[in-house]
Amino acid sequence: MDNQTFTLEDLKRILREGAGADESVDFDGDILDTEFEDLGYESLALLETCGRIEREYAITLDDSVVGEVRTPRRMVEVVNEHLGQTAPA
Amino acid sequence: MSTGTPRAVVTGLGITAPNGLGTEAYWAATRVGKSGIGRITRFDPSAYPARLAGEVPGFTASEHLPSRLMAQTDHMTRLALVATDWALADAGVVPADLPPYSMGVVTASSSGGFEFGQGELQKLWAEGSQYVSAYQSFAWFYAVNSGQISIRNGMKGPSGVVVSDQAGGLDALAQARRQIRKGTRLVVSGSVDASICPWGWVAQLAGGRLSTGDDPGTAYAPFAPSAAGHVPGEGGAILVVEDEAAAAERGATVYGHLAGYGSTFDPAPGSGRPPGLRKAVELALDDAGLAPGDIDVVFADAAAVPELDRVEAEALNAVFGPRGVPVTAPKTMTGRLYSGAAPLDVATALLAMREGLVPATVTVEPDPGYDLDLVTGQPRVMTVRHALVLARGHGGFNSAAVVGAP
Amino acid sequence: MSARRVVITGVGVTAPDGIGVKNFWGLLTAGRTATRGITFFDPSPFRSRVAAEIDFDPEAHGLGPQEIRRMDRAAQLAVVTAREAVADSGLDPAGADPYRTGVTIGSAVGATMGLDEEYRVVSDGGRLWQVDPAYTVPHLYNYLVPSSFAAEVAWAVGAEGPATVVSTGCTSGIDAVGHAAELIREGSADVMVAGATDAPISPITLACFDAIKATTPRNDDAEHASRPFDGTRNGFVLGEGSAVFVLEELEGARSRGAHIYAEIAGYASRCNAFHMTGLRPDGAEMAEAIRVALQEARLDAETVDYVNAHGSGTKQNDRHETAALKKSLGEHAYRTPVSSIKSMIGHSLGAIGSIEIAASVLAMEHHVVPPTANLHTPDPECDLDYVPLTAREHRTDTVLTVGSGFGGFQSAMVLARPERRAA
Repeated sequence: MDNQTFTLEDLKRILREGAGADESVDFDGDILDTEFEDLGYESLALLETCGRIEREYAITLDDSVVGEVRTPRRMVEVVNEHLGQTAPA
Repeated sequence: MSTGTPRAVVTGLGITAPNGLGTEAYWAATRVGKSGIGRITRFDPSAYPARLAGEVPGFTASEHLPSRLMAQTDHMTRLALVATDWALADAGVVPADLPPYSMGVVTASSSGGFEFGQGELQKLWAEGSQYVSAYQSFAWFYAVNSGQISIRNGMKGPSGVVVSDQAGGLDALAQARRQIRKGTRLVVSGSVDASICPWGWVAQLAGGRLSTGDDPGTAYAPFAPSAAGHVPGEGGAILVVEDEAAAAERGATVYGHLAGYGSTFDPAPGSGRPPGLRKAVELALDDAGLAPGDIDVVFADAAAVPELDRVEAEALNAVFGPRGVPVTAPKTMTGRLYSGAAPLDVATALLAMREGLVPATVTVEPDPGYDLDLVTGQPRVMTVRHALVLARGHGGFNSAAVVGAP
Repeated sequence: MSARRVVITGVGVTAPDGIGVKNFWGLLTAGRTATRGITFFDPSPFRSRVAAEIDFDPEAHGLGPQEIRRMDRAAQLAVVTAREAVADSGLDPAGADPYRTGVTIGSAVGATMGLDEEYRVVSDGGRLWQVDPAYTVPHLYNYLVPSSFAAEVAWAVGAEGPATVVSTGCTSGIDAVGHAAELIREGSADVMVAGATDAPISPITLACFDAIKATTPRNDDAEHASRPFDGTRNGFVLGEGSAVFVLEELEGARSRGAHIYAEIAGYASRCNAFHMTGLRPDGAEMAEAIRVALQEARLDAETVDYVNAHGSGTKQNDRHETAALKKSLGEHAYRTPVSSIKSMIGHSLGAIGSIEIAASVLAMEHHVVPPTANLHTPDPECDLDYVPLTAREHRTDTVLTVGSGFGGFQSAMVLARPERRAA
């Protein structure tokens, strides 16, 4: 798909599917700049999430993504860079 | 048992059993002989020679556990985490109020999170290695329940996992008692097991001990002339085991104590030496400082394999004399729960003490040739001060434990 | 009655490029590595394709055709290794009371190889959820329940006392020996055949460690892929193997004139209650396990001559462990040689703790500490003396060996010459 973009909604869906969602977090609120840790996701959850993104979008993310990418906004950007897209979330 | 050794008492029970979810539901069913065995619903069993199992009814894990835990846990871990929550609540213990190093977790496992493992193996072979979950690295393995219980409850003390098939459930409680004696205040122990998935099922079938009967009332018939294998089940019990003084200090209600334990392993096939079950019983009695006459009831291993039933009956008759002690096997209502079976039997023994009622073995008429006083038909109203619980594992594991009233 | 003390009187090891104690010690003291590109199956789909494999021929090591058929590779390794340990101890099993001899075998992942292979067949390559029982092997139940490992060892050595498998992830190998020592100490047994085994080099294991990027992707340099404490480390290398010991009560061992390798002077295990795979950088729980093990041994931190590290070669472990050693040993941590044999034989999960105990007692035996191979680039966060590259002659009377595992388990064992401890 040439015009495929990755959005916050895609990320939220994949996080939920792969790692669940912390009941104490309002995922419908503005979470773009909330750190994953504060959303209840630690490195293992992000590894699972990255694995799912890689499979679904047929891309390969750098090993450094987990650890360096700390917010949904940055994750969306990084995935779109791999998809050749610059669209914001 | 030398004086001055701290006693390990049980102050909380968490039960997830095929005939009752939660202690009260389980006991209400068990005391009246209500079985939880039925045709398998977790998968379509019609293509398999054995089709009955004891499945835990009405368990919706997401009602009890956060979504973050659901993605990374097998069915048996979810049951174990919920059973632990219930056991701690029953004991009146809030883990956050106690020093983390004063609490440990010792569970048993027989085959880990096998259903989770089947799912990931399928992804590996059908779709490719990159489809395997990040959680496969621990969700299926034998240590997972101890680890997850420790994390959920902030318990940093001496912990562990033992695997000795069905005997492991008693080995875990013995290890919990050992840690209490060495100075740990509280140990969450016992076991919850489950491998009722197609992959687990064919592996169990290969063991050659599954009943192929289709009638839930007769398929698992230990000590009966028609005994032809067991029905497996899922579930078990988690127990809060505490140092007696610590429990007294906080005014806890005590169900009873772990009074004695013994364990042996059968000789290699063909050695000509006798099986080790009798010795395990004698060791447990010695350890408890009791004579055979002090035991009020025996919770049998009840393999329902004629040769194994004979060995168990002979061991009991050698120690207690023919028909020398009431024997029961409430697991005929749940199926054999592997490592979860013996902790559930210990819990059942404690509940029997509380009410003064020994639940019956739900089976067809026993073979009189075994010379056992098997409690069948009706439960028996009687005072129980000491119960002996037996558990054997495939390959020759024999464990025996004595449970004492408070 | 004074407390019963427990000593090691027999050692057996089956490790990559180190079958038998003599070969194993030769490998370690040469600083040679046994890591290589995976040969057991085609590893090309995987991110990490290196491992430390054993060239193991079960028949050549005395297993009969039926033993081979019914046992997973991990059980085969354990039985061969247990026989070496019993022979080394000089103990005559027939002369002992079988009820006083027990078995404890550690394993993190059980019959993984057997399960992976058999699953592929019964599911027809993952096609069937309702797997086909017509294609099961008769001994599949032995793979389902890893307790079969303890059963096989008990049969092999004629033990009829307490038998179990201890499975606490990657600390299993320490915890199994610690558990066995406790049984002797409390009087439940006089002799324990105890150790650990794992043979995890299979597609499912590679896949699950790939998924969490725990294993190294250094595929083009397999020989130097395991790099504990090195600044360029980027994951562990999977291994396989077994080590088994004969443990005896001290007085019994002395009275029969047994060679005593070491006393199991102290042991403790704690949980981090933090994360199934993650570690907090401060190493607090491992430090606590070390503190309690030394306390049980009634030995001061200053008496530790050598630390056999967990040293898996992941970023987080080596940092965590270094912090734990500093916290528990204080300044002495800087003065004590610390090394990781995983640099040479990889990480055999539940088995490695026992293999590291074997390395520890051999260090005491020879007063030589094995090196950490492949350690060229310093890491500012790992600033202890890790004995880089070359084995070192060093007076070694007390050893601390530690382990850390999934599930949060942190274990420590102190091994000492019995005369080093006042009774």
